[in-house]
Amino acid sequence: MLTEEQIERYSRHIILKEVGGKGQQRLFDGRVLIIGAGGLGAPIALYLAAAGVGAIGIADADDVDLSNLQRQVIHFTPDIGKPKVESAREKMEAINPDVKVRTYKEWVSAANIGAIIADYDFIIDGTDNFAAKFLINDACVLARKPYSHGGILQFDGQTMTVRPGESACYRCIFPEPPPKDAIPTCSQAGVIGVLPGVLGTIQATEAIKFLLGKGDLLTNRLLTYSALRMRFREIPLKRNTACPVCGDNPTITEVRDELDALTVCDLKAP
Amino acid sequence: MSTIKLDITKDHCPMTFVKTKLQLEQLEDGDILEILLTAGEPLENVPKTCKDQGYQVLETAHVEGNIHKVVIKK
Ligand SMILES: [Zn+2]
Repeated sequence: MLTEEQIERYSRHIILKEVGGKGQQRLFDGRVLIIGAGGLGAPIALYLAAAGVGAIGIADADDVDLSNLQRQVIHFTPDIGKPKVESAREKMEAINPDVKVRTYKEWVSAANIGAIIADYDFIIDGTDNFAAKFLINDACVLARKPYSHGGILQFDGQTMTVRPGESACYRCIFPEPPPKDAIPTCSQAGVIGVLPGVLGTIQATEAIKFLLGKGDLLTNRLLTYSALRMRFREIPLKRNTACPVCGDNPTITEVRDELDALTVCDLKAP
Repeated sequence: MSTIKLDITKDHCPMTFVKTKLQLEQLEDGDILEILLTAGEPLENVPKTCKDQGYQVLETAHVEGNIHKVVIKK
């Protein structure tokens, strides 16, 4: 039962035909994991907390760095040096004391990802490297966890939602990580600060719609966004029967680390 | 079928509709909700929004002073 304070806090949700008190209860009962407390993770964490998603996990091993603040809006200047997950948790709890935040100060890897995602209904990939993206895809497909993929670089972003066994997965379109020399190095990989705000907010929207059971998810479609040209494009996708993880004869039957896909930056201590 | 009463004369937009909606969600189809509300914005908007969200407005009547009654069927 909602308290008077909750009724007021979530009044703009409750008014919506697609939400109501019942939908708000579904959000309270929802469990969402955000992998990455950086550019994408920042708006995702803030909006999911504000929306009253009851249990939110957030995983990241990094500490807040001055160069993060241009785009990672959940971290403030006095947070420099603090673990990102701690900095994020403080803001999420400040926005909404109703939510339970669980932090994982670690990088996801083949060794730990299965146990971490097991507790959640919906997973959000807010990472910045191909190794993690493929790992998250494989782990979610194998555990049949719906998840949102998101990626940003320079002025461009892309996102898609995967319902394992029902819609195309990341490997259906990109069977393997790109060759090492095609992966941008840090100096090439600038990002305009507002970009993760757009993509992350779309990913958070998907999680909320999934929990509500309303609307159409971004499945079997890759949504791309160009901030420079201010254009969204939608590329229709379908499941690839030859997909190495979700196809008819999968070759990937357990998670593995794609070590070749780590960028130069990932290999340095932060 | 039952009739439930709700007094939102002391509430303001949007809490007027928020409380109405939460109450309607608790009802079974066919149940009746009798709402007491004030003239002006609540009287203009609450029945209209109920109608927009698929509920049936059976009756609107003046009670006393600036207080009105709106009867909604789920
Ligand atoms: Zn696939």
